[in-house]
Amino acid sequence: MIDRNDPYFWSDLLDTILKGAGETFYTVGLSLLFTVVFGLAAGVLLVTTESGGLLSKLFGSRALGFFVNRVLDVVVNIGRSIPFIILMILLIPFTRLLVGSFIGPTAAVVPLTIAGIPFFARLVEIGIREVPVGLVEAAQSLGATRWTILTKVMVAEAVPALALGLSTTVVGLIGYSAMVGAVGGGGLGDVAFRYGYQRYSPEYMFGVVILLVLLVQVFQSLGNFAARRLSHR
Amino acid sequence: MISVSRVSKSYGSGAAAVRALDDVSLSVGRGEIFGVVGQSGAGKSTLIRTINSLERPDSGSVSVDGREMTTLAGTELRAARHNIGMIFQHFNLLSSRTVQANVELSLEITGAGRAARRTRALEILELVGLHGKAAAYPAQLSGGQKQRVGIARALASSPSVLLSDEATSALDPETTRQILDLIRQLSKDLGLTVLLITHEMDVVKRICDSAAVMSGGRILEQGPVEELLTTEKSLLGQALFPLGEIPVTSSAIVEITFNGVTTDRPVIAQLARKHGIDVGILGAAVETIHGRQTGRTRLELPGDTKTVAGAVADLRSQGLFVEVLQ
Ligand SMILES: Nc1ncnc2c1ncn2[C@@H]1O[C@H](COP(=O)(O)OP(=O)(O)OP(=O)(O)O)[C@@H](O)[C@H]1O
Ligand SMILES: [Mg+2]
Repeated sequence: MIDRNDPYFWSDLLDTILKGAGETFYTVGLSLLFTVVFGLAAGVLLVTTESGGLLSKLFGSRALGFFVNRVLDVVVNIGRSIPFIILMILLIPFTRLLVGSFIGPTAAVVPLTIAGIPFFARLVEIGIREVPVGLVEAAQSLGATRWTILTKVMVAEAVPALALGLSTTVVGLIGYSAMVGAVGGGGLGDVAFRYGYQRYSPEYMFGVVILLVLLVQVFQSLGNFAARRLSHR
Repeated sequence: MISVSRVSKSYGSGAAAVRALDDVSLSVGRGEIFGVVGQSGAGKSTLIRTINSLERPDSGSVSVDGREMTTLAGTELRAARHNIGMIFQHFNLLSSRTVQANVELSLEITGAGRAARRTRALEILELVGLHGKAAAYPAQLSGGQKQRVGIARALASSPSVLLSDEATSALDPETTRQILDLIRQLSKDLGLTVLLITHEMDVVKRICDSAAVMSGGRILEQGPVEELLTTEKSLLGQALFPLGEIPVTSSAIVEITFNGVTTDRPVIAQLARKHGIDVGILGAAVETIHGRQTGRTRLELPGDTKTVAGAVADLRSQGLFVEVLQ
């Protein structure tokens, strides 16, 4: 139990929560970076390697396109179907191999990224699918390369949907990061667990909860706002 | 300019196979506006898409500006496509780009520099009558304006061929007329060869030099519009200027096709006076297009065989195309 009458109680609380928030930002930020890069690629590939898709003949090979499509689909489905808490435990040996330890904010990046990629990939897939095929055809008729079509038509037209997907992913990652935190990943989850739960401080617990709620609100609104601003439909 | 020779294309296989193109041949001369008409499912879109190789035929050859399209791939195919603009029924503009940026896409693809893209985009927008709309987004434009952007985008890289797949089908009649006039004007000014497909006969009437009628993947007739109109039992003539069913009567029935030659001559009045026939008009579909009177009239000519034959001979001697139906 923390002594509430300690003159440093509130400033300690603020320090602890801010430090936790800093770690959360670090963990979520880093995993978001990887998630966006790989999730975007995976989502685009999921749509375009389908039969009849832009990359159905990947490097000139229909078999390779089909193979990539099937593998991605299965991997993404597996990633989406394993509950995060189990994924986290499953990944401990892999995490240790990669960063040397499975404790701490950096180690937390690994399970977050692995969970984030398939999540974001599906959202990217949905966004890209909404781009009318006619636009791709128009670009083809102008003699565009596949890369131009991919970047300047498919992804560019999906940007508002991607912005929404991004904010949804950030919110998901913040939630997951709290879970990792509780088992040694640092950040706000760690604060809530060690101070709020193990040391029975409702102030710490509520502090963390309020901050999390605020963060989620901010990122979701930011995403909605960006999607609205970026859409000219 | 465009030459399609014995092209066939099927979708699917086995019993479910659809023969979208069945031994289709046609040729479009330089600077000509060629219309392909036909009902839904006739294979029109499939045909036009083989021209720029969006669709590969199973057999036959397609050549544009002397270049065989069916065997091109990669860089060569893309270069050939720079020479073939295409416009679409649903415009297919990028919603994320402004009007100017949509046009510039075409020039980004051909590799033009920033300054050159801007200059050319503004120039071509001016040409299609979209001066002052460069900064607008497609969602802020009317259908007709969107199609103008589509035309500007298609023509930005100065192609010599324009393909149009039902480009006016989503527009109201007045806007349709404006867009068609624009296409005709551009074709004249730029020496552009145009292949357009449509299910609206009015389009053919209004701007086409030549036309083909398609059905079930085959071309039923083709040629210069004026020639087709004066062909016995012409499908195009009947479709362009429909006269309805032939009524039951014992008198002779003839159909006269006008082709701009008789505008200022009172043919029917003269016929009645000269041959003493009480001419009855059973139907008429005549329009003035580009200052020329074009169309068909169906007349009932009561009287004995000899009088009727004399009247018909007289009409023919005036250079009119006359079909005797009964
Ligand atoms: N990708 C495809 N797969 C299978 N069948 C197709 C495909 N595209 C066209 N077809 C079939 O080929 C035939 C010709 O189609 P096409 O689109 O060329 O007709 P159309 O004359 O353009 O018709 P519309 O006026 O309705 O556009 C139709 O029977 C159609 O169902
Ligand atoms: Mg069609």
